[in-house]
Amino acid sequence: MTETKITEEKAMPEAGPVEPAGEFAAQKPNGAAARKVVDRVTEFGEETVGEVRCENPFVISENVNVYYGDNHAIRDVTLEIGRSEVIALIGPSGCGKSTYLRCLNRMNDSIESARVTGTITLDGRDIYSSDLDPVALRARVGMVFQKPNPFPKSIYDNVAYGPRIHGLAADRAELDDIVHTSLDRAGLLKEVKDRMDEPGTGLSGGQQQRLCIARTIAVNPEVILMDEPCSALDPIATARIEDLIDELSEDYTIVIVTHSMQQAARVSRRVAYFHLGRLVEVDETDKIFTNPQHKLTEDYITGRIG
Amino acid sequence: MRASRKNSREIVEAGLARRRRKEAAFRASGMLATAVGVIFLGVFFATLVMQGASAFKQTFIKLDVEMSASVLAPDGKLDLAYADFDGLVRNALRKEFPDVSGRSERRELYRLVSIAAGYQLRDMVAADPSLLGSTSTIWVPASSNVDMLIKGNIDPEIDESLRPINDAQVAWVESLQENDRLETRFNTALFTNGDSREPELAGIRGALMGSFYMLIVTVALAFPIGVAAAIYLEEFAPRSRWSDLIEVNINNLAAVPSIVFGLLGLAVFINWMALPRSAPLVGGLVLSLLTLPVIIIASRAAIQSVPPSIREAALGLGASKMQVVFHHVMPLALPGMLTGTIIGMSRALGESAPLLMIGMVAFIVDVPGGFTDPATALPVQVYLWADSPERAFAERTSAAIIVLLGFLLIMNLAAVIIRKRMERKW
Repeated sequence: MTETKITEEKAMPEAGPVEPAGEFAAQKPNGAAARKVVDRVTEFGEETVGEVRCENPFVISENVNVYYGDNHAIRDVTLEIGRSEVIALIGPSGCGKSTYLRCLNRMNDSIESARVTGTITLDGRDIYSSDLDPVALRARVGMVFQKPNPFPKSIYDNVAYGPRIHGLAADRAELDDIVHTSLDRAGLLKEVKDRMDEPGTGLSGGQQQRLCIARTIAVNPEVILMDEPCSALDPIATARIEDLIDELSEDYTIVIVTHSMQQAARVSRRVAYFHLGRLVEVDETDKIFTNPQHKLTEDYITGRIG
Repeated sequence: MRASRKNSREIVEAGLARRRRKEAAFRASGMLATAVGVIFLGVFFATLVMQGASAFKQTFIKLDVEMSASVLAPDGKLDLAYADFDGLVRNALRKEFPDVSGRSERRELYRLVSIAAGYQLRDMVAADPSLLGSTSTIWVPASSNVDMLIKGNIDPEIDESLRPINDAQVAWVESLQENDRLETRFNTALFTNGDSREPELAGIRGALMGSFYMLIVTVALAFPIGVAAAIYLEEFAPRSRWSDLIEVNINNLAAVPSIVFGLLGLAVFINWMALPRSAPLVGGLVLSLLTLPVIIIASRAAIQSVPPSIREAALGLGASKMQVVFHHVMPLALPGMLTGTIIGMSRALGESAPLLMIGMVAFIVDVPGGFTDPATALPVQVYLWADSPERAFAERTSAAIIVLLGFLLIMNLAAVIIRKRMERKW
């Protein structure tokens, strides 16, 4: 902590409070230091460094801003996410990466004070347009959460729930098939095929998270959002999930929020670094970790912030 | 550094004794408070049972009754409605005590037996007219004063003028006892009869049925309305000044004295909507108003205790808000909602004040057969009997309280069982 402070003070000796960063101060232990970091972003310019565009873009965000009441949580984020690409969102706590993630399937709708401006398109269609039902969107953009959250129902019912509410299966046999395929793809079938009627909450943490992934892919989405999917798991379970992400990336666009830089390096093709609501730098994973362009990115991946 | 560390250790150790003393004192006071509570409860139940237990028994007198046709049908035609069955009882008593003479003495003698004896004979003859002319030995209920004497609630040693039963009557009772013509049995009348001015005839069935019909109305109205309101307020209503205002008012309503709800019921349901007085329907409406806030508050708490991660999981899969509520939130919140409802119902069962305002305090002999028949409720019956001058009503008051508490206990037990059974872990 002391080290961070010294670096920042060296970098910005004449800094004064310019940005109203008070709301972020609560998330960082040292408000003064946080304020200085904001100033430095301003100094470096608000433009995102690196390459926000990509080939074959599937999810395109243009100038996205998110406000929670008066709190400006996401500032002017422009980012393209390619088809069948794994992109990792990294950054210190409270930087807005989860908030951005939740914009992509409109989960922020359930928070009353949240307001989103700018445009996000999925396969060319504005997902915030009034004629698009978030229910339909979420069938295309699935989500896996930080803490495994299986329903207090049987393993079978957990996976079958999505297809059931969307009417994806014509009959029981088809539903069985969807459930089995999804569990198989999530690498869980072998472990649970003899106890499909047991509660999903009785599984181990890693198994629960794979059950949640199976539940998500049972709806056959095009994009899977993962919000720190391994943060509640042990290293072995984490490794299994990472392998799974690798396999799934052939068919799905995956956006993963993670606090582990090793994980980002292992699973993603591109990495986006967020800082205090701004998208600071986006680039190929190798480039970010070997040769970051932005000072903040460098500080973060070398462990000086966060 | 090292010196100061040692110093702080000494300070901590020096303070330990004081901390332990404080903790011990706190524990002792907690135990004392619990003990006081338990003692009060014990005394309450003990006195209740001691006073009320005897009401479940009733004294009966054995009589040899001659169903003489000359008394019942002096002109050769038997008319059950007007036949003098009481005369048969009087004859039987005179036969039992042949040496009692004089009008007033005989009248004293007749008072040993309850007026229920005549009704009992009438029912027998109505069921089997061939009994006419025969002599049958039957047990008839004793009057409440004899009953009290047998149960020891009247002391025969005190001065005659201070007790409702005179020396001659005491002597007759003793002679009946010697001849094995007196017996105490289970008091079925207490559970099969409606209210009565005669204690030995008075029962709680009318009040029980009144309470039953009222609770049906209350459950049918308060549960669906309360749960629906709770779901709407928790899951759908936008947070605004209005929803805050509604929330504050619901909490306030839960604290409004119940008699106010009775006045409201009188004004709205009886005066304005012209619903019948003393009817379980109106009582149920008033009690629904009374329990609604309780159910809404309990249901909201139950909904709030459903982890948000479950909602997010369902929303993330593309479930609509309704689907989230009915597939996931409701099943998890239902035990809490039901518990709240049962607690609200037991409060409704124990309410008497609002029922006084809508005329359910009337003296009603008939057992109500529907929602609009005049009726009273159990707690009101307790109030009515507690107000009656006859000594025998004192024990019946306690008996009615025991029955009422029994029902409350069953309901609360049901709440606990439902919670344990339906609670799902996640």
